[in-house]
Amino acid sequence: MEARDVRQAPVRRPRRYPFGAWPWRSAAYLVTGVLGGALACAVLLVLLLASLLLVGIPLLLSGGVALGGAERLRLRLVDRLPAADPHRVPAVPGLGAWVRTRAGERATWRELGYALLFATVLWPLDALVLALAVGAPGTLLAAPLLLAADGHETKLLKAVLVTSYPGALAGAAVGALALVVLGRPLGLYATGRGALARALLTPRERDGLGEVLASRARLVDAFEAERRRIERDLHDGAQHRLVALTMTLGLARLDAPPGSPLEERLGQAQEEAGQVLAELRELIHGIHPQVLADYGLGPALGDAADRTAVPVDTALDGLPRLPAAVESAAHFTGREALANVDRHSGASRARLAARHDGRVLVLTVEDDGRGGADPARGSGLTGLADRLAVLDGTLTITSPPGGPTVLRVEIPCRVRSESSSPRTASSSARD
Amino acid sequence: MPRSLRVVLAEDGVLLREGLIGLLARFGHEVVAAVGDAEALRAAVAAHDPDVVVTDVRMPPGFRDEGLRAAVALRADRPGLPVLVLSQYVQRDYAADLLDSGDGTGVGYLLKDRVGQVAEFVDALDRVAAGGTVVDPEVVRQLLRRRRDPLAALTPREREVLGLVAEGHSNGEVARRLVVTEAAVGKHIGNILAKLDLPPAEDTHRRVLAVLAYLQA
Repeated sequence: MEARDVRQAPVRRPRRYPFGAWPWRSAAYLVTGVLGGALACAVLLVLLLASLLLVGIPLLLSGGVALGGAERLRLRLVDRLPAADPHRVPAVPGLGAWVRTRAGERATWRELGYALLFATVLWPLDALVLALAVGAPGTLLAAPLLLAADGHETKLLKAVLVTSYPGALAGAAVGALALVVLGRPLGLYATGRGALARALLTPRERDGLGEVLASRARLVDAFEAERRRIERDLHDGAQHRLVALTMTLGLARLDAPPGSPLEERLGQAQEEAGQVLAELRELIHGIHPQVLADYGLGPALGDAADRTAVPVDTALDGLPRLPAAVESAAHFTGREALANVDRHSGASRARLAARHDGRVLVLTVEDDGRGGADPARGSGLTGLADRLAVLDGTLTITSPPGGPTVLRVEIPCRVRSESSSPRTASSSARD
Repeated sequence: MPRSLRVVLAEDGVLLREGLIGLLARFGHEVVAAVGDAEALRAAVAAHDPDVVVTDVRMPPGFRDEGLRAAVALRADRPGLPVLVLSQYVQRDYAADLLDSGDGTGVGYLLKDRVGQVAEFVDALDRVAAGGTVVDPEVVRQLLRRRRDPLAALTPREREVLGLVAEGHSNGEVARRLVVTEAAVGKHIGNILAKLDLPPAEDTHRRVLAVLAYLQA
């Protein structure tokens, strides 16, 4: 296996290191670094001036991004592991979208930071290291040539005056030795530089996580929209027609001779249609409870508590209207928790409380049951934890054997703004 | 036969709207205007000054609870305007908003399913138009299901009576349904009011309202 970078190279073939590719690669990395850095410094000055006129800001950004790309390529000289591009592909083509996408990415700003560092501090440092590790031994190595060129004398490193060839050859020998010895620190410095570049210019775990969270949020939104659509379809379609059907049956029953078998049959048909309607109503409520949209979290949770077989004490007063996604996630979590109380806890009493302190919604469900609830074992809460995570919310369950079980949900959120709440709008219109 | 009522009907589903017009006509009531959204409902009430309004909860443009909001607003503008709301929601909050409008008389909150029980539905409409209070049995059942300690002190029979009172039935009607004498019903009601610490009231509507207020609290 090939060495990935300088640090691994001497471990594998210690004696061959000075004569291998790594010192050359390191030197090449630093030489190109100095050239690139000097260029970046010049460009940066121009762009900074242009930024004063505002037109330069997108240019500055794109300059940073371009430099980042070039630096990632250059990094291959000292680090064989490819450096991944941290940027997203813009959702829509066009320069505007590109600038918006890039401006919104942390990676862009890290690249800009790297560019500033590179143009001001790093390339002079590269130059200094090069001068010490390559330049100085190089001059010593060239001593015989320099002496030959001058004919009489040459001053090595501006310090030692050499007038004879043996002296010059000795200087060359020292230079060659220094070159070999300093090859290793040179390589290590170059690797360190590469590591810094990698740290600033490649994707961080958090960047990728942001993308995953965003995609999960989109999925949750899509599911929510789909639930609303199904609810609406059922309401406008099946429910409406069934109501019309029972009415038709009711009218037909009036026309049938009283007490006749026909009247009895019609009565049965009507009763069955009524049961279907009741079931459909429950189904629709389960898919998308309209009371949540119309009245908010408190009443919706109160309704869920009413439907729980185990008696539930509630403390839900004073909850403001919260963003729809928060209300929905909190409601479904609370409902699932209450369903679990009924199904698994063996509790004789439960308590459901929710409050919002202006910044965080806290929902707790407690029961006096047997405990030992394991959220990982298909309790339906795992999916809800995912849903909460999208909102930066957390779900914690403490359930020691013997109970009590306490489920706690926290979702950071602000109170829903007035304009987006039809309830508030119509209430104020009423006053 | 009760008097013929002039009805303004608001329902966005055509099938049901046409069906209701036919049903009411059959019982001698006249639908003077049938509309499909809340805005048109307000305009129709202003134009026709009906005896009673029948409205759906969920209507255009938002398909939220525009019909109920319109009903509450109408009762604020015209105190005593009888309104029967047809709903698809059992949740008590909808009924509570309606009962809180005006003095709580002359209102009805029924699930849409009830239109199938034609005779009972028309009877409920008559009672609302006459200033009565009618609440759907399913909603009352949900109210009674709430675990409130004083309710636990009631006998099963008393709970049954309480449910029927909350639905808006008179003593006579309760007696007929439970196949007991009116005097027995009166005694049950007395016990219930005492156990729940409610003021005794002869008037049916006051009593219904007291019971409902208690159940919603």
